Amino acid sequence: MQDVSSHTSNDAPIRLTDVTKTYQMGNQQVNALAGVSISFTKGSFWAIMGPSGSGKSTMLNVLGCLDHVSTGSYVLHNEDVSTLGDNALSEHRLKHLGFIFQSFNLIPQISVQKNIELPLYYLGWDAKDSAKRAIELAGKVGLEDRLGHKPTELSGGQMQRVAIARALANDPEILLADEPTGNLDTSTGDQIMDLLCELNGQGKTIIMVTHEPEIAAHAGYNLHMRDGLIERIEENAK
Amino acid sequence: MKHSRFARNIWLGIENLLLHKLRTFLTMLGVVFGVGSVVAMLSVGEGASKEALEQIKKIGSNNIIISSMKSDDETSSSTVFTRISIYGLKYDDYLRASESIANVKQAVPAKIINKDARFGTRMMELRVVGTTHKWFEMLDRDLIAGRTLMARDGESMANVVVLTEFGARKILATGRSVGETIRIGDNYFTIVGIVKSEGGMAGNIQMPDEQTDAYIPLEVARNYFGDKTRKRTAGSWISEMVELHKMIVQVDDLENVVSTAKSLETMLERFHDKKDYQLSVPLALLRQAEASKRTFNIVLGSIAAISLLVGGIGIMNIMLASVTERTREIGIRRAIGAKRSQIISQFIIETIVLSTVGGFIGIAIGIAIPWLITYFTAMPTVVTMTSIVLSVGISIGVGIIFGLYPAVRAANVDPIIALRHE
Repeated sequence: MQDVSSHTSNDAPIRLTDVTKTYQMGNQQVNALAGVSISFTKGSFWAIMGPSGSGKSTMLNVLGCLDHVSTGSYVLHNEDVSTLGDNALSEHRLKHLGFIFQSFNLIPQISVQKNIELPLYYLGWDAKDSAKRAIELAGKVGLEDRLGHKPTELSGGQMQRVAIARALANDPEILLADEPTGNLDTSTGDQIMDLLCELNGQGKTIIMVTHEPEIAAHAGYNLHMRDGLIERIEENAK
Repeated sequence: MKHSRFARNIWLGIENLLLHKLRTFLTMLGVVFGVGSVVAMLSVGEGASKEALEQIKKIGSNNIIISSMKSDDETSSSTVFTRISIYGLKYDDYLRASESIANVKQAVPAKIINKDARFGTRMMELRVVGTTHKWFEMLDRDLIAGRTLMARDGESMANVVVLTEFGARKILATGRSVGETIRIGDNYFTIVGIVKSEGGMAGNIQMPDEQTDAYIPLEVARNYFGDKTRKRTAGSWISEMVELHKMIVQVDDLENVVSTAKSLETMLERFHDKKDYQLSVPLALLRQAEASKRTFNIVLGSIAAISLLVGGIGIMNIMLASVTERTREIGIRRAIGAKRSQIISQFIIETIVLSTVGGFIGIAIGIAIPWLITYFTAMPTVVTMTSIVLSVGISIGVGIIFGLYPAVRAANVDPIIALRHE
């Protein structure tokens, strides 16, 4: 068990300070985040855990620049993004973040290669360089022979690999994963976790939401949340 | 770079549209028929007005044609009460028109009598036109053989005739017949030339010349045939006395045509007790034709606008459905880092591709339909470049206008909600 205060350094690439997030649900106010302060250092691997309604999904949305904070500040790469507009947030997602989802979220109508190339399209890469990069990434996740297939023709584990390749296309510093093994069987899930650990070993900061302790055990730190607050942080022995 | 990105955006749109070929095709139909009808209808209108224009030009837009006609009260009573009906233009009218009306460049009189003609063994009725050399100056017709009438023909009372190509062929006279003799009525004439003729109606105006005309000097016609004619109609003989049947007045400038027509009318009113003449002004008819073409275009334009509106709404409807259907895709793209503007352009390009391709198919149909109309009905049609350019513009415009709202809806999708969308 560690004290939360030891994870509030001022030079970490991701810093949340007194962050709250309030939703209006009907005439009821929901405090999804009720004052969270934490820093994620470069190259660390975190598993955010907690029961449903604890605020872990909101936390990931805020970290992923998909949602604005109500109060407090969120500093990403030395820039306070809590006050940025929609275009600037899109720019941050495009350049610094990679997303991995429980339901993979691949575009079913286009090929594996086109799915991997998607971030490059918005980065303005030309077709030739994009294809080269997509082939390289497919090789990295072991799917070089599936580039021309549609995602619907792949197994769950393969789809998640494509999603990981896509998340890596823009070479982000930070990977955000929302229950990445939630739709997979145990052995496939383990393979995906091995891949994530490998990426972490190559220097990617990974923040993952999960409710399975076995999956969380792969991470360096387990962050437990409850009622919109950080309950405790555990460091896993390697 | 910029160019290739634009091309890729269009290609992305095409790829998305090709995912649902039948739906895309059906959505396009509205624009296809809208644009097709615009191009086709404009070409029919354009063809009709072009034909009228050409015919009016053949009469000469600077010309005013005055024809003799029985006045209304005379036609109803003449058979019962009068033995002879006297009406129409007088020789004096011709002199007054050619000498005392301002802006009149020249005038030509015409005396028209139907007479049987015999050439060799062939007999047929010709429309004998007693006129002067000016007739041929004012109506620009091609000369086939010989010469036209000259001023000295009238002065010397020469028995010469100029036949029309059509009339000559009917009576088996050719270019080689120039110099030969033809009998008209009871008199013999020397054929001096053959000219082309127009004949028939130009819109709602009668051409001054007809296909079986035989032109002889006015003085000769007066001398031989006089002013009185007798013809048998409905069992009784009708005698008529008409000095001149037609007069063509040429005005010096297009600007003065309308005012000169007014002065001519005033002059004729003063000297005629009854309205036994009729003025027709090709220019006025031209103006009228242009005005009715404008009205026609406005009506067609409104119909086309409505059909394009319907087509556009169809597109918007499908695009809205498509946005809902692709909510998750939009969420994925937004999460990856697509800006709102990029989502807008993706959807609007898709709509523009849809409407523009529909527009081009529509143009093809709009060109094919007038071609078929002309092929089967001989009705003239003209597909103008303007109507095609206009149609392309309209198609793109429909895409932008009706694509904008669905595109904005797409861009405003909240990525967090969209990613959870099933």
